[in-house]
Amino acid sequence: MRPGWLDRIWPLLPVLAALAFTSVLLLLFKASPVVAFSAMLEGAFGSSERILNVIAFWIPLLLCAAGLLITFQAGLWNIGIEGQIILGSIGATWVALSLELAAPLQITLEILAAMAGGALWAGIAGWLKTRGGVHEIFGGLALNNLAIILTNYLISGPWQPPEGGSFRGTVPFGEHALLPLFDGSRFSPLALILAGTAFSIVMIALRNSTWGLKLKALGRNSRSAFLLGVSSNREAVLAMMFCGALAGLGGAVRVLSWFDSLRQSISGGIGYLALLVVMLAAYRVLWVPFVAFFFSAVLNGAIVLQLRTQLHSSLGDILTGVMVLFVLLLGDPIRLRGLRRAKDDG
Amino acid sequence: MDNGQLIAVLASILLQASPLIIAVCGETLTERAGIVNLSLDGTMLLSAMTGFVAAHLTDNLMLGFAAGAAVGAFFALIVAFSSIQLKQSQVATGFVLTLLGDSLSAFLGQEYTRLPGPSVPHFAIPILKDIPILGPIIFNQDGLVYFAILLIFATSWWLFRSRPGLELRSAGERPEAAFARGVNVRRLRYLYTVIGGALVGIAGAAYSLDVKIGWSEGHTRGLGWIALAIVIFGGWSPVRGAIGALLFGATKAAATVLQRAFPEVSVVAFNALPWLLMIGVLLLVSNKIVGRLLVNAPPALKRPLQRMLQVAPPAALGTELKNE
Repeated sequence: MRPGWLDRIWPLLPVLAALAFTSVLLLLFKASPVVAFSAMLEGAFGSSERILNVIAFWIPLLLCAAGLLITFQAGLWNIGIEGQIILGSIGATWVALSLELAAPLQITLEILAAMAGGALWAGIAGWLKTRGGVHEIFGGLALNNLAIILTNYLISGPWQPPEGGSFRGTVPFGEHALLPLFDGSRFSPLALILAGTAFSIVMIALRNSTWGLKLKALGRNSRSAFLLGVSSNREAVLAMMFCGALAGLGGAVRVLSWFDSLRQSISGGIGYLALLVVMLAAYRVLWVPFVAFFFSAVLNGAIVLQLRTQLHSSLGDILTGVMVLFVLLLGDPIRLRGLRRAKDDG
Repeated sequence: MDNGQLIAVLASILLQASPLIIAVCGETLTERAGIVNLSLDGTMLLSAMTGFVAAHLTDNLMLGFAAGAAVGAFFALIVAFSSIQLKQSQVATGFVLTLLGDSLSAFLGQEYTRLPGPSVPHFAIPILKDIPILGPIIFNQDGLVYFAILLIFATSWWLFRSRPGLELRSAGERPEAAFARGVNVRRLRYLYTVIGGALVGIAGAAYSLDVKIGWSEGHTRGLGWIALAIVIFGGWSPVRGAIGALLFGATKAAATVLQRAFPEVSVVAFNALPWLLMIGVLLLVSNKIVGRLLVNAPPALKRPLQRMLQVAPPAALGTELKNE
């Protein structure tokens, strides 16, 4: 059948479809798509400061997407990742506000507390699934909302700044409690090293480890995995907690480098975005960093777009969402052809 | 609280629960046919926005509801197409549409926030409204409430008492067997996903045109997920689902009363309530925890209690039809 050009341009179709769809939306609002997209492009890559912002936003996104590769492999829908990021931020903030240590020790403890916070929240969702029979989507979603409510409680209650009144965040942390930043930007090289390490661990775990195989068995068919001696409950909770720890680390990066304090909506929707990243990468490990980087550029560009044209920055979310939707709808041409052939034969 | 106040509270619970009841009936139809439309939260946001804007621009209430229904039906059609035609994961498509509906509603509705618009008028039903107690609670409402109540009984009758309803359930329970007996499973699944989606769309518009009049970003955020959880709590039955929606409304009303009575308790405790309730209720109906708690209970207590609480999803929910 027709090999060649169709297969080659196929991966581009979702991108084109998403650009076309958002162009129509822009025209509806009497804005020029060319102006808007060049504003987004400039917003993402227009200056070295902006490029550093894209990288800084990319780091927690990559951490979350790496964690999700593990839960997806185990066949779990970890929608609760959003709350796991928030609990990570809360854990890091708790250490930052209550201890005064030398920078290396302080930051290590903050990161450990953040990972523990994320793993705890993920562990609850895993426990609810395996012991309580509550699907991880519903448990995770409820826990996301509880995490948001907990943040609002903390920043308007016990962790309220002394001048009071504001509902926006805690006091900014001292220099020793924050990740060292590159040249006054929001980008922390240390965070990049941590994210790179985490991603490599995930890659090795998925490709060359018994754990990866167990997770795969669990994801494909949990009953036969159980019969083969994989303790499915234990593996599922572990996979969740591993992902939660990485998400928590992402939360620490958010409070300790992107911001300098715990804020409302601290996660910035990165958890949901990471789910889209992994879906757009079609669960292929090596694609994840690139897709995540692309998403980070789109969202940072959309913020500049809003500043410049007063158009709502949700345009960036629409662009990424439509892209993933079209990937789902267009699918793999080879797989689709297979389906069609099976139908013709049958 | 005197009787008059109590009746007013009960009437307001019924009104507040009406959109949820409509959404729960719609999603119950869809899931009974074997498809999970997970996009409810995004669908309701987008249809609340579209419904309000359409009614605001045309000054026609019915057009508002029609626009909401169209949005819901369209999103549902995407879910049905990708799962039935393309064999994609229903959860994946539903989740993407959840996010997309949310951001589309924020973008498209950005110029229509906090504007006045038409709202569903009050309409007391003559004679029936004079029935003591029940009259002022049920029959002194507006059209939306009557629609929700009729919908409960209509969907319940359709599902469990009619011939097409039997075919509907067979598509969700034993699709292969239904197919072998000549039921067009694919067509039924398309049909009930789209009908269910249209009802969810009407529910979204019901918020912006009646229960929570107007539009602002994130107007109904979270309520779609609540509706999805109530479908499970309701054991995929419209009547039990409606009871769940009413209980949810009653708990929220009780929280408001308690909040006024105990102002020293942080508002956080009350905000957290719906989500704690969601976890608690799903734990209760899954039978894993209750089963363990009741291990040593006498069978005379255990069996009716479990029968009352335990629910089971349609056997083929979320799976593809295989023999084609």
